[in-house]
Amino acid sequence: MISLLLIIVASLFFTGIIIRTKSIASGRKGPGVFQPMKDIFRLFRKGAVYSKTTSIIFQIAPSFYFASILMAILAVPLGNYPGLISFQGDFILFAYLLAFGKFFMIISALDTGSSFEGMGASRESLFSMLAEPAFFIVMGSFALLTGQTSFHAIFSTLHYGSNISYMLGILATFVFGIIALIENSRMPIDDPKTHLELTMIHEVMILDNSGFDLGLILHATNLKFAMYGAIISNFFIGDLPLMYTIPIFLAVQVGFAIAIGIFESFIARFRMGHNPQFVFILTSVALLIFFGVLLLLQRFV
Amino acid sequence: MKHLIEAFNLIAIAAAIILPLLKVKWKGIATVTAISVQVALASIVSISVFTGSLVEYSYVGSYITGAIPIRVDYLSAWFILVISFTFLTGAFFGMQYMKQYKDQTANLSLHAIAYLLAYTTLIDICIVQNGLAFLIVWEIMALSSFIIIIFEHTKKDVLKAGINFLIQSHICILFLTLSFMWVKIKTGTFDFTGITTYSSQVPILISVGLFIFFFFGFAIKAGFVPFHTWLPLAHPAAPAHVSGVMSGVIIKIGIYGILRIILLIKTDFIAIGYFILIISVISGLYGVMLAIIQHNLKKLLAYHSIENIGIIGMGIGLGCLGIGYNNQPLIFLGFGGALLHTLNHSLFKSLLFFTSGNVYRYVHSLNIDSLGGLIRKLPRTAILFLIGSLAICGLPPFNGFISEFLIYIGMFKSITGLGFSVTVLMMFAILGLVLIGGLAMICFTKAFSIVFLGTPRHISLEEVHNEEKSSVTPLYPIVFFILVIGLIPSLFLNVISLPISQYAGAMPINTEIITDYGKTLSLIGLYAAILIAFVILVYLVRRSINKNTIQSVNETWGCGYVGPTNKVQYTASSYIRTYRKLVQPIFKIRKFKTDALGIFPNKAHHETHPYDKIEEWLIDKPLGLIRRFLSHFTFLQNGNVQAYILYGFIFITLIVLIPEIYEKFLLLIKFLNQL
Repeated sequence: MISLLLIIVASLFFTGIIIRTKSIASGRKGPGVFQPMKDIFRLFRKGAVYSKTTSIIFQIAPSFYFASILMAILAVPLGNYPGLISFQGDFILFAYLLAFGKFFMIISALDTGSSFEGMGASRESLFSMLAEPAFFIVMGSFALLTGQTSFHAIFSTLHYGSNISYMLGILATFVFGIIALIENSRMPIDDPKTHLELTMIHEVMILDNSGFDLGLILHATNLKFAMYGAIISNFFIGDLPLMYTIPIFLAVQVGFAIAIGIFESFIARFRMGHNPQFVFILTSVALLIFFGVLLLLQRFV
Repeated sequence: MKHLIEAFNLIAIAAAIILPLLKVKWKGIATVTAISVQVALASIVSISVFTGSLVEYSYVGSYITGAIPIRVDYLSAWFILVISFTFLTGAFFGMQYMKQYKDQTANLSLHAIAYLLAYTTLIDICIVQNGLAFLIVWEIMALSSFIIIIFEHTKKDVLKAGINFLIQSHICILFLTLSFMWVKIKTGTFDFTGITTYSSQVPILISVGLFIFFFFGFAIKAGFVPFHTWLPLAHPAAPAHVSGVMSGVIIKIGIYGILRIILLIKTDFIAIGYFILIISVISGLYGVMLAIIQHNLKKLLAYHSIENIGIIGMGIGLGCLGIGYNNQPLIFLGFGGALLHTLNHSLFKSLLFFTSGNVYRYVHSLNIDSLGGLIRKLPRTAILFLIGSLAICGLPPFNGFISEFLIYIGMFKSITGLGFSVTVLMMFAILGLVLIGGLAMICFTKAFSIVFLGTPRHISLEEVHNEEKSSVTPLYPIVFFILVIGLIPSLFLNVISLPISQYAGAMPINTEIITDYGKTLSLIGLYAAILIAFVILVYLVRRSINKNTIQSVNETWGCGYVGPTNKVQYTASSYIRTYRKLVQPIFKIRKFKTDALGIFPNKAHHETHPYDKIEEWLIDKPLGLIRRFLSHFTFLQNGNVQAYILYGFIFITLIVLIPEIYEKFLLLIKFLNQL
């Protein structure tokens, strides 16, 4: 419960911090931290234009997407406090819930019959497919390390004993950070701030959405960021009491957002053709974690 | 029970005699009635088995076969229920689907009889426990499946695919015959118990060999890679209800066979577990990777059957490892996942084939790239196809997730505690299953949205007939079960815990394990329901807010370009282009294209033909070699009847003479030895 509230709070300012960081890094004054939220509320009140080509799928997809992400957030724990959804293998449900939402976004993009959106949908499906193994390998490695199979049990029994285990924590943070970037189509996979049609993946998929639907989708992105930030913060929380975990959680979220902002200020988007290779790197880093765990448990024969 | 089973078989025989005499109008109704009665009988038998009384009796048989025992245990009962349900919905759907062929009277009666026979023999396969009787029933099953596949036998492709199926299913029978003969020669009995006694006496290497022989036979039927090559040919050739039934349950009889042999044989289950798990991961990945690049909707679905057989196989492999390591949770999760996925796959795959049958019925095309926008004309079919797609991708809140979850959790549980090599194997299997899930998503977003969404690509919607309600009614029960398994999975867990307990051997499965996972699964069901509630909630909020704002309809946003045509749309080929480029080194994809060049460009053109490398190496190249070798002997086939009589004469003489000569030869050797 507590993690749900915190993630919702973090989602309110997460994108704002990224944008703010980027504007400071480029020497601009930039909008306030809550500007993205204000934009979303403005969208909620606006009317919508629907394409002639679209069917019922286009109308329902944003609701499915938003609901699936809300549902996935329920599975994220906070240190000692399990999420509302917590059972053995809950991270499998977590991954498949996200996939459920993505399925609907992809088919709604193809519903418009626009070539831009088809392009975005094609890339979204491919990249998320390539990124998925990394998540499962990391979770599998930690399941191996701790002997547990749920988010909460894994994170609360994760103790940092030796140097290698610190390495594992850092690598896992890296993997989840990059997964968050891929899932939200940020740099270096895609640049969300270019003019809409030049954006290659996520933003181009929602070209035809407007009004309330667009607001839902944009806020779902914020929630997704905060959700991955929450998972990352869990690597550092352990079983500390609540009075420490909440500040750590917020600090990790802010730190993560600033890191993304700085990263995006100083790097250019990859060529699309190079992206699959980049996503594959993620899987190999995840495999490094797996071998690190094997090393730690002295399971090599 | 004995009388019920006999009545079950008699109905099929009676129907086979009566059907040709009926008028076309009554044929469909008669078939459906016969099948319904048969399904009712079969269900009574299997439900009574599940409520406690195993059926076991024996026919005297003949001198050759020996006694023919009939045994219906939990495993048989489970498969009987799965097969019966799909055949029943298939019959109802088929009755609607075959309306388009109502002038082909004789062909229809043959088809109906073969359909009934296929169903009857499939059920008999599940209960007969005598090797020779099993083979005979299996042969009838193979022949009747062949007949139902080649319904449109006037088309050359259909007949070719049918003959391919016929030959490959006989290779399967060859393997099975050899394995049963092996056991018969060593033990002197065709009874299945002979397998148990024989395999517990011989060294492990030989019993593993025996298992692999059986496995090859059943794997051809089930469609494991590399024995899958008949599947993608046969499915598109058959009428829709037959493809649904074939992919849903006929190939599952191979799974039944493998499960039955595992139950009977005594051997090194760890080695078998490794073997099945690895071959299944490869099957799953290979199937789905090839599925994505297909252009024919039914061929795409056929490759997905291979993928799902892979997933079922992963469950079986896990279960075998569980037996080998004597790890009860693993037995439970592995075989549980496999058995549940067998049911699940039969549900969503038949749904998908039936809906694609509707597409063919109304549009007369299955080429994905020429379709589009069908949701306007076929709304119910579209939504049903969407449900099937979500379920086959293993997404909650549908049934596919439940069985995949059992297999996943089995893998995650066994990653610790069973040694280094199992850890690595499990990581490999998890990786495989995850990739299968992701690839399936690419495949079904493509299939659903290109066929049903957007605007028509080549076939305009005016050419499409209006959807009749009756053509989708038989599909609602399937959707009902897909949802029930997704939302109340623990209901089915109690049923499948009975067949699973057969694998645990003498020690029954700990009830704690069952209740433990029952709880987990009911939690998942609850969360699936909450997900649906969330979706509805968000949608209602959206609707109530949208009521107060202005909604308008306009062209799709084209960056200021306001003359959109359906030609600028993404097609299936362009949707998977990046993927195709990634996998090109692995698969053989023939590509032909002419670019649009010049000021007045000529017509541009682009086509790709996916080709299966395993098919090339395993079937086409050896066949080419054999054909080249045999072409040296074409002079024998000279069309001269006298010559043929001569060949016959020579053959008979040789048959008579060879044993004589052999005896004389032995005498000679004996004589030489004495010298």
